[in-house]
Amino acid sequence: MKRLHLSIALACSVTWIMPLSLYAQDNDAQNISHAITTLAASCAACHGPQGNSLGGTPTLAALNKDYFIQRMQGFKNGSISSTVMHHHAKGLKDEEITALANYFALQQRHTPTVAPHQSFQGAQ
Amino acid sequence: MRMNKHLPSALETSSRRQFVRSVIYGGLAFYGMPAFARASKPPLGHVVIVGAGFAGLTAAKYLREWSLGNIKVTIVEPNPQFISCPQSNLVLGGSRTLDDLSFSYALARKQHNLQWIKDAVTAVDIANKQVTLSRGSLRYDRLVLAPGVDFDYSRIPGMPAPIADIPHAWKAGKQTLQLRQQLESMPDGGVFVMTIPAGPYRCPPGPYERACQVAHYFKQYKPGSKVIILDANADITSKKGLFLQSFQGAYQGIIEYHNNSGILQLDTASKTIKTDFETVKADVLNVIPPQLAGKVAQTAGLANVDQRWCEVDFTTYASNVNSDVHIIGDSISAGLPKSAHMATSQAKICAAAIVDIQSGIPPNPLPVFANTCYSFVDDKQAMHVANVYRYDPAKKSMVSAEGGGVSTKATDQEGDYAQAWVQNIWADTLT
Repeated sequence: MKRLHLSIALACSVTWIMPLSLYAQDNDAQNISHAITTLAASCAACHGPQGNSLGGTPTLAALNKDYFIQRMQGFKNGSISSTVMHHHAKGLKDEEITALANYFALQQRHTPTVAPHQSFQGAQ
Repeated sequence: MRMNKHLPSALETSSRRQFVRSVIYGGLAFYGMPAFARASKPPLGHVVIVGAGFAGLTAAKYLREWSLGNIKVTIVEPNPQFISCPQSNLVLGGSRTLDDLSFSYALARKQHNLQWIKDAVTAVDIANKQVTLSRGSLRYDRLVLAPGVDFDYSRIPGMPAPIADIPHAWKAGKQTLQLRQQLESMPDGGVFVMTIPAGPYRCPPGPYERACQVAHYFKQYKPGSKVIILDANADITSKKGLFLQSFQGAYQGIIEYHNNSGILQLDTASKTIKTDFETVKADVLNVIPPQLAGKVAQTAGLANVDQRWCEVDFTTYASNVNSDVHIIGDSISAGLPKSAHMATSQAKICAAAIVDIQSGIPPNPLPVFANTCYSFVDDKQAMHVANVYRYDPAKKSMVSAEGGGVSTKATDQEGDYAQAWVQNIWADTLT
């Protein structure tokens, strides 16, 4: 707390301003909240870091926003059949689906790095 | 006013939060800051993470990313490499090798500029915000404990301590290979017995998946052999209908499932187990021990639920015993499955909350996340359970949202999805 006070006091005397976290950088500018950043991050297990899949599941990064919403709403209302995604889509609110669409549309598409395999060393 | 090029255009709408963050950063980054701060103090403090499994490593990555490097992160991990528990049952079934599941930490360390100490934490001094290692000590602003589970042999009648030729293989590694070798050495017609502890334990569907994997191996190479599951629980604890399809279908005559069959007495020399209903002798015995929070959480006095699990605030994963210490992954007390996806989802909520707290702003009060878990019934077919979970402030817990559920049956297609899942979660965690 002491450090915070010190920092604010120091900062009051300067005018240089930089963002302190990712939320404060691009996402706030696009109105993407922490809540959506963390929710979107939980999609990574199947769809890869920032929606860049290593294959076998769709890449969500830079996906067209309207297409994302159309698919997710279809999974949610049952008009599009799915194997797994209806179990997620039905659990999400409409506004969360829209916000996730915005989030993923803003992510840069790239080839994700494969996790670095290493032969088993026998220590554990 | 001189503005940095990264400053969001919508500053006025993005509130006080932006201002607070900016002034803190500005205060310490500007050349006017005191020399001591410039030399040693990370702008948003120092977080020490104990454990580099799915939870700890994910927390480290996202703390660095979401704080834009303004939080210093030190990981303390005794193991030399990352071994994935997900898919380790496939090593028993023969469709994966342990090499497939082993990874270097080097890339994550470098990519996220993590401080790394290969050591074990022996004590936590909560009052002084300090952890003791076997070599030296470390001070922290916030501590994240991600130690996984510990095994409680005191609850196994007749096996008060680990026995060398009765592996648990419930942490992937040497014991996974040992169990596979025991199955390979067992003559056709032998009996593999696996005991399942009362829940909660790591990976609820894991034991049933293991039974299927062993049966898959027997069916091909030792068709006269049997798998006997002695489950201390009243019923199959996860994906029940789906596992029964396999037990009563592809593996009928191979797998026998016995519920309410906790160990009354275990004779380790003859590998004989007495339950309420029967006495069973094993050729290969796999005892999955009762579980509790990882040792460091116990010794720090944070395992406050039945002296086994750690109670946390699900908006921050701060311990309810001490709010400077966060606990994520399998050690927490929650109505949540102890899965790898769950561990990474918790780690991300925790990382975001720490960035906020260190920035002096309130964390998201209503976190939401997803969990997807696949189980393989053979070398190709898998099935899932998938749910969204959202924080319920009245219940103070993460509650499963409407609409989640399981597959109708195990399929090749879901086997492909399960392989995609594991590649992606490995990449998210390890790069």
